[in-house]
Amino acid sequence: MTGETIVIVGAGPAGTRAAETLVRAGLRPVVIDEAPFSGGQIYRRQPPGFTRPPESLYGFEAGKAKSVHAAFDALSGKVDYRPDTLVWEIRDGKVHTIANGSNARAQLPYDALILATGAMDRVIPFPGWTLPGVYTLGGAQIALKFQGCGIGSKVVFAGSSPLLTLVAYQYAKAGATVAAVIDTAPFAAKLQALPDLARGGATFAKGLYYTAWLKMRGIPMFSGATLVRAEGEQGIARLVWRGAGGDERSTDCDALGFGFGLKSETQLADLVGVPFVFDEGQRQFVPQADPAGRTPVKSVYVCGDGAGIRGADAAELAGERAALALLADRNLPHDRGRAASIDASLARLARFRRGIERAFPFPEAMARAVADETVVCRCEAVTAGEARKWMRELGARELNRLKAFSRVGMGRCQGRVCGTPIAEIVAQECGLGLEQAGRLRGQPPVKPIPLDPGPEE
Amino acid sequence: MPPSQFTRLAERERRRLTLTIDGAAVTALEGDTLLTAILTNARRVRANEFDRKPRAGFCLMGACQDCWVELGNGDRARACTTFVAEGMDVRTGGGS
Repeated sequence: MTGETIVIVGAGPAGTRAAETLVRAGLRPVVIDEAPFSGGQIYRRQPPGFTRPPESLYGFEAGKAKSVHAAFDALSGKVDYRPDTLVWEIRDGKVHTIANGSNARAQLPYDALILATGAMDRVIPFPGWTLPGVYTLGGAQIALKFQGCGIGSKVVFAGSSPLLTLVAYQYAKAGATVAAVIDTAPFAAKLQALPDLARGGATFAKGLYYTAWLKMRGIPMFSGATLVRAEGEQGIARLVWRGAGGDERSTDCDALGFGFGLKSETQLADLVGVPFVFDEGQRQFVPQADPAGRTPVKSVYVCGDGAGIRGADAAELAGERAALALLADRNLPHDRGRAASIDASLARLARFRRGIERAFPFPEAMARAVADETVVCRCEAVTAGEARKWMRELGARELNRLKAFSRVGMGRCQGRVCGTPIAEIVAQECGLGLEQAGRLRGQPPVKPIPLDPGPEE
Repeated sequence: MPPSQFTRLAERERRRLTLTIDGAAVTALEGDTLLTAILTNARRVRANEFDRKPRAGFCLMGACQDCWVELGNGDRARACTTFVAEGMDVRTGGGS
């Protein structure tokens, strides 16, 4: 035992395995999680009183979900667990927290920090994407998994993501009407990725299963498509898209779930001073870290999808690996053999990840041809045309400068949603590489918190 | 009542709660988020401050911040991460 305070942020697959590993070594970490229940987004638990079994919620992943949940539940009393708590700032060796839905704030000095902050959907804006009824693929899945609801009664799923056929399958199975599944990836991309994907074994087979299941039920499926616009007055009424042959088509619906893979949640790593490096394959900046999750900032570790998108299986391993690195760095007993075996597994999963990136390619042409009238920053309602104007007229050739001029990324979400699509537009408009377009700097509070002016006199 | 955005596909057997959305009493189920409670009764959650157009949330995971609503006591709540409670009084930002 040591008297040190180890803080883990996040209780998804990575945070859970990190906590478990530290507890096994005799430590008692603090686990801070924004959600009311552990599991993260992928293994998100339904509220008390809901009755669907794990098999119904997580399908083929039920075993993994149960294992991650059980691992976390077994830590009860052995970790200082703070659910429903947002870390809104990290500064001078202290984590600043606030309880959700209240203004109960606290500061917690730490000796070491493991950030397992997860990811959210990566989007490409198109006209009409702010209409009611348009959600991310991840959001569509949460509605069903966490609330037993569909995002609409006649739903289109679109984009390029392993989630695409999975969520469509889950909806159809739950009794929703799936109007169409519109994949922006050409079918050929899937074939070319076969050798790397096949290394993923079961994961690859599951993808084939969902596709075959949907086809067997006559659900219209298209590939090589481009999303053109969502139309409707009070909410989406139809999605207009172009087929692989360039023909414009329209599908009636009252909801759309779309997404293009995931992007890492990195604001806290930024606040604590971790440098960032650009990852070409992921088209995003990620916190700099060694394969074990050590960052250049002493005693700060990153793991899971918040450290770069590698998926839930890799997140579990990376959480454990980061905890083992922390133990090694503090000269505490740890299992060296296990660390080496995790390193080998993570390297294998990295090859599979390359296959995923090729099978679910990001549609660069669509991301760079965002029409001028499209709102790109949802919070501040700034259009692509306005953003391009500032690039042209004031030479804002970098994201933070563009933010100062145009307000893109300045709203409540702090550029979580628009940061990646705006970078694509800057790169296109200014003829730069994505890396040169830069990344929006994280700012505290990383999410909105109540203004607390103090007691009245 | 305007058409709803969300449809209930499962977990329908839960205790019923009553809340008020823009002055109208509606029914929700215990364990609903405020977002679910609103969208099983309506198609909008708020109006964007700049273009005044209707919004109905987006990410459902507390990231996009596009589902903040005002409560009757002046507090604000992110609808997708707030559980509904009996008697809540929600304002979706006027207009229609």
